[in-house]
Amino acid sequence: MKKYSDSELQQKSILYRLALLKYIKMAGAGHTGGDLSCVDILNVLYNDVLNVSPENFHDKNRDRYIQSKGHAVEILYVVLAERGFFPETDLETIGKYKSPYIGHPTRKVNGIEFNTGALGHGLAISSGIALAGKRDRAPYRVFTLIGDGELAEGSNWEAAMLAAHYKLDNLLAILDHNTLQITGRISEVCSPYPIDEKWKAFGWNVITADGHNILWLRKVLNEATNLKDKPTIIIANTIKGKGVSFMENDTRWHHRVPSDDEYKIAVKELETQLI
Amino acid sequence: MNITDQIIEGKANLEIFCDTLIDLARKDSTIIAVTSDSRGSSRLIPFAEKYPEQIVEVGIAEQNIVGVAAGLASTGKKVFVSSPGCFLSTRSLEQIKNDVAYSDYPVNLVGISSGVSYGALGTTHHSLHDVAALRAIHNITIVVPADNFETRETIKTAAISNKPFYIRFGKKKMPHLHSGSDTFGIGKASTILEGNDVAIIACGETVFPAVEAAKILYNKGISTRVLSMHTIKPLDNISILKAAKECKAIIVVEEHSINGGLGEACATIILEAGLPVPFKRMGIPEEDTVTGSQMEVFNHYGISASGLCNEAEKLLRKV
Ligand SMILES: Cc1ncc(C[n+]2csc(CCOP(=O)(O)OP(=O)(O)O)c2C)c(N)n1
Ligand SMILES: [Mg+2]
Repeated sequence: MKKYSDSELQQKSILYRLALLKYIKMAGAGHTGGDLSCVDILNVLYNDVLNVSPENFHDKNRDRYIQSKGHAVEILYVVLAERGFFPETDLETIGKYKSPYIGHPTRKVNGIEFNTGALGHGLAISSGIALAGKRDRAPYRVFTLIGDGELAEGSNWEAAMLAAHYKLDNLLAILDHNTLQITGRISEVCSPYPIDEKWKAFGWNVITADGHNILWLRKVLNEATNLKDKPTIIIANTIKGKGVSFMENDTRWHHRVPSDDEYKIAVKELETQLI
Repeated sequence: MNITDQIIEGKANLEIFCDTLIDLARKDSTIIAVTSDSRGSSRLIPFAEKYPEQIVEVGIAEQNIVGVAAGLASTGKKVFVSSPGCFLSTRSLEQIKNDVAYSDYPVNLVGISSGVSYGALGTTHHSLHDVAALRAIHNITIVVPADNFETRETIKTAAISNKPFYIRFGKKKMPHLHSGSDTFGIGKASTILEGNDVAIIACGETVFPAVEAAKILYNKGISTRVLSMHTIKPLDNISILKAAKECKAIIVVEEHSINGGLGEACATIILEAGLPVPFKRMGIPEEDTVTGSQMEVFNHYGISASGLCNEAEKLLRKV
C-alpha cells in the first residue's frame, strides 16, 4: 500500500467530501450527514490500515470491512472508486434504474463484502468472520463501522457478548459517535449512554478517539488490533455533516440533498481547504 | 414402495442429521455446526465431542446465530445452523433475508423440532409459519424431508451447494418410505406410491399418514398417488401438474398453517395452468391451535389416515 503523509490524507478527505457531495447531488439522494461524519474514518481505513485492494479482494487472508451503518454507502462508493475497485464514472449511475450502485451496500459492487443497510447486522457478521479467522489461525482482521443511533438494535449486544466470549481480538468495531440519529440527539431519542461503560461491561477494550483527526485515527486504528484477548471498539467522536459548516450537527442533513445554491456554497467551503 | 409393503421404523431425522454431519466432517474440516443452546435437542453432542473445533455455540441468540453463520460462511465454511424451527426461522428472519439470502452466502439453516413436534408446549414452540415466511424470500431453498433417506440426501446436497438452504424436520422416529434403489433430487418430488384416482401431495411428517390413507383407500378400490414434495422451493411444478392431469382429485397436506404453505403453492400452479381439478388444502387452519401431543393435533385436524381418506372420498364424490 502506498504510504501517505498525514497532510496527504487530510487533503484526500476534502477531495472525498467534494466527490461525495457531487454524487449525492447527481443522484438526488443520499445520507449526507452520516456520510460526512465517517469520511475520515474510511479514508484512514482504506488508505492506511486495511490490507485490502482490488488485487487481493478474493484472497482469503484479506482484511474485511463490513459497514454496518449501510446507509452511508455513498462515501464507501467514493472511497472504493478512488482505491480502484471500479471506475469513478460508475458513480454517475447511483440510484439509477438497473444500476448496482443503490442506496445501501451490495455485493454486486466490487469491494463490498456483505449486503447491509438494515441496522444492527454488521457486528454479528463481523464476529462470524473473526471467529472463522481465529479457528483457522488466519492473519486477517475484521473492521466494522456502526452508527451510534444503531446501538439501540439489540442484535448488536448479542454479538458483543459473543465476540468477548470468543476473545475475538482480530475484530475491531468503530462507532461513528456523531450524537445524532434521524429524530434528534441519541441522548434524547432513547439514550444509549454510558456507551463506554456498556462496552467495557460486555468485555471489550474501549478506546475513545477524535474521529476527524487523521493522525490519531492512523495511530489508533493501526494499533488497536495488536491488543490481545479482547475485541476492541473505538468510539470515534465525530460531527454529523462534518466539513460543511451549515450541515454540521444538524439532524435535517441526515438524508437531505443540497439545493443548487447550497451545493455551490458547500463546494466553495471545501475547496478553500484544499492546498 | 409398494402399497402392500410393510413399513419399517427408522431413526429420528435429527439423528440422521448428526450422523451425516459426522460423515461429512470426517473428510471436510470446513464443516461447521452452529447451535444456540440447542446441541442437545439437535442431537449434535456426538458431533461436538468428535469435532470440538467444528462447532460454534452462540448461546440463546437466534438473530446472532444467523448473522454469525453468514460471517462464517463468507470465509468458505460449510455452515449448518441448528436451532428450533419456530425460533430460527422468524426470530432471525431479517438476518436470513439480508445476511444469508440477499448477501448470497451458503448458510444451511436446520429448523429442528418443527411443525407441532413440541406438542403440548404450545404455540410459542410451534413453527407453522416458517415455510410461509421463507417462501417469500428470494434465494433460499426450502426442504422438508420425510424420512431418513431424504434427510441424509438433503444434508449431503446442502453441504456442497453454494446456495442457502432451510431444512426442516421434526423430532420423532420416522418410517422408511424409500427403497434402496430410489434416487433423490432437490426440486424433484419423490413418488412414494403410484396411483391415479387421488393424489396426496405431502411433505415431512405428513407423508406417512398419506401412505396409511392410501392403504385404506386401496382396500376400497381407490388408487392413491403419494408424492413426497420435500422441496417446497423451488417447487416441482411438473410433478404437480402431472398429478393434476392424471388424477381425479388432489389433496395437499402439510404440518404448517394452510396459509402460505405447500398447499397454497400447489394451488397456484394448478390454477395458473387452468386445470379444473377438485382440490383440498389440509394442515393447521387459521385458529388458535388445539392443544395436545403432535399426534393429537394431527388427528384433530385430520392429518391422519382416516382424515385423509374422508377428504379423498369427499373430493372424489364431486368428480
Ligand atoms: C433496522 C433498521 N431500522 C431502521 C432503519 C432506518 N434508518 C436508516 S439510518 C437511521 C438512523 C441511524 O442513525 P445512526 O446509527 O446514528 O447513523 P448516522 O448518524 O451515522 O447516520 C435509521 C433509523 C434502518 N436502516 N434499519
Ligand atoms: Mg448517529
